[in-house]
Amino acid sequence: MTVSIYGAGALAVLPLVAILVHITIRGLSAFSVAFFTQSPAPAGVSGGGIGNAIVGTLILLGMASVIGLPVGLGAGLFLAEKRTTRLANTARFLADVLNGLPSVVLGVFAWELLVRPVGHFSALSGGIALGVLMIPLVARATEEMVRLVPVALTEAALALGFSQWRTVARVVLRTALPGVITGALVAMARVAGETAPLLFTAFGSPYWVWDVRKPIAALPLQVYNFAQSPYDEWRAQAWAGALVLVVIVSVISTAARLAIRSRQQLARGAAGGRSIRA
Amino acid sequence: MGAHRSRPISDVVYQLCITACALVIPALLVLLSAVIAWAAWPAVQVAGAELVVGVTWDVANNRFGAFPALAGTLLSSMLALVLATPLAMAVAILSSELAPQRVRTALGFFVDLLAAIPSVVYGLWGLLVVVPALRLYVMPFVSDTLQLGGLPMFSGPAYGTSVLAAGVVLAIMILPYIASVSREVLAAVPRSQREAALALGATRWEMIRDAVLPFARSGLVGGIMLGLGRALGETMAVTMVIGNRNTVPTSLFDPAYTVASLLANEFSEASGALHLSALMAVAGVLLITTLLVNALARWLVWRVQHSGART
Repeated sequence: MTVSIYGAGALAVLPLVAILVHITIRGLSAFSVAFFTQSPAPAGVSGGGIGNAIVGTLILLGMASVIGLPVGLGAGLFLAEKRTTRLANTARFLADVLNGLPSVVLGVFAWELLVRPVGHFSALSGGIALGVLMIPLVARATEEMVRLVPVALTEAALALGFSQWRTVARVVLRTALPGVITGALVAMARVAGETAPLLFTAFGSPYWVWDVRKPIAALPLQVYNFAQSPYDEWRAQAWAGALVLVVIVSVISTAARLAIRSRQQLARGAAGGRSIRA
Repeated sequence: MGAHRSRPISDVVYQLCITACALVIPALLVLLSAVIAWAAWPAVQVAGAELVVGVTWDVANNRFGAFPALAGTLLSSMLALVLATPLAMAVAILSSELAPQRVRTALGFFVDLLAAIPSVVYGLWGLLVVVPALRLYVMPFVSDTLQLGGLPMFSGPAYGTSVLAAGVVLAIMILPYIASVSREVLAAVPRSQREAALALGATRWEMIRDAVLPFARSGLVGGIMLGLGRALGETMAVTMVIGNRNTVPTSLFDPAYTVASLLANEFSEASGALHLSALMAVAGVLLITTLLVNALARWLVWRVQHSGART
């Protein structure tokens, strides 16, 4: 029985290995300086790259973070402080539900509010859609990280006469900061890979775009379009774009795991010390 | 201790700010539902029930029957669940019960990575690796070598892009979600249950099967439903491998359509207000379904985690 469970586990991991191998092999062959610095070449013509898509993703991420990070941080602090009150439980539950919603529905929502009235696609609408997507992600991650701050620290600060705001800013956030930053990066990586909300908000573009009221390219959108095209050069660039995405999420995912593990050891150590004295 | 100091203004502002941020979450959900419902209303008035039971999606003639898309969504998601659940359970059991610590860490790392990979990357791999493999090897093998081509489930020409392709890719995508939730649920089973079974003479596997799994059952069901919720709403990977043919699939080898693919393909080029409204209505159906599935799933998981703590 144990053998078959181990076998099933290995089978579960196999596709991941296959995907990583395929992407690395096919993606690396299309890497070049031009690939990272140029916009796409016309159909069937070799050369060109995803430079504009990378810049577009960065611009969209910037806009998304302006909305998602502050609101998510505030909500996370609320959830960590007021752990079991009715409002906190409801908000936590709804944040988890929002996290599970199809992102295409959020794209449709953003389209109705931000694209339809204006009459054209825009980077701004894409950025706002991604920002809304980010809020529950950042909120839950922040809550987990802030909860790991030992209660003794918070109580000591309050006992010394710090106001709540000062306790949070100087003690809680400062202690939880590496974890919170990691959580924010994980949320940003997740949002950077989202395609569906951008399909009818940012829409994509073959040009270098700096005006946020215009449609803009984005890396996952570019991969989507290139993958379905009949041209070999574009397909090779799709693999390479996918490799870029996978490298980014792998690096951030690994860093997050290490950071969270060290935070948990810190919290366990502090809590262990407390219970020995008590 | 003396006079009560009134709260500093910074505290009041701070509390207001974080409460407002927390309130954004339910407000977003309400706004989302209201906007979609409002935009879908014209089509609901005109087409009514035909939206969900009608079999013809003919934009030019204002026929908006999304049943093929709904059927494709359900079929591909169910197939994904059937494929993913046993493997995810194995990973969860390994991670929480059986495997030594180093294997658990490695497993957790792999599962996290699987969950982090963007959906469009899965779609790319599915389209350029899985679909040709199905078309060139698996489907001919099943229909010719195994002589199963007569069965309705395996009938039809081997296009490659099919319900089967979507099911396979979706299964890989939802596996980490089911596995990680199941692992947490299994870890929430109290030690007393395990120790009681072992004290009565159970082997390790018997302990898992008879003491741990039944206790965690509703939570495990919740984890599976979470995977279902993800599969129902998955857009990019499915759109790239399912073939995008707006008819009800009768075989696993048939190309099909899902609600999310319908939205992804038609939304940006929608012609006419009624078409857009119909698409909004279809999005509304997807929203309601995933909301219900996710809410029920989260509640089931929450129940096991909190009953375990009390014991």
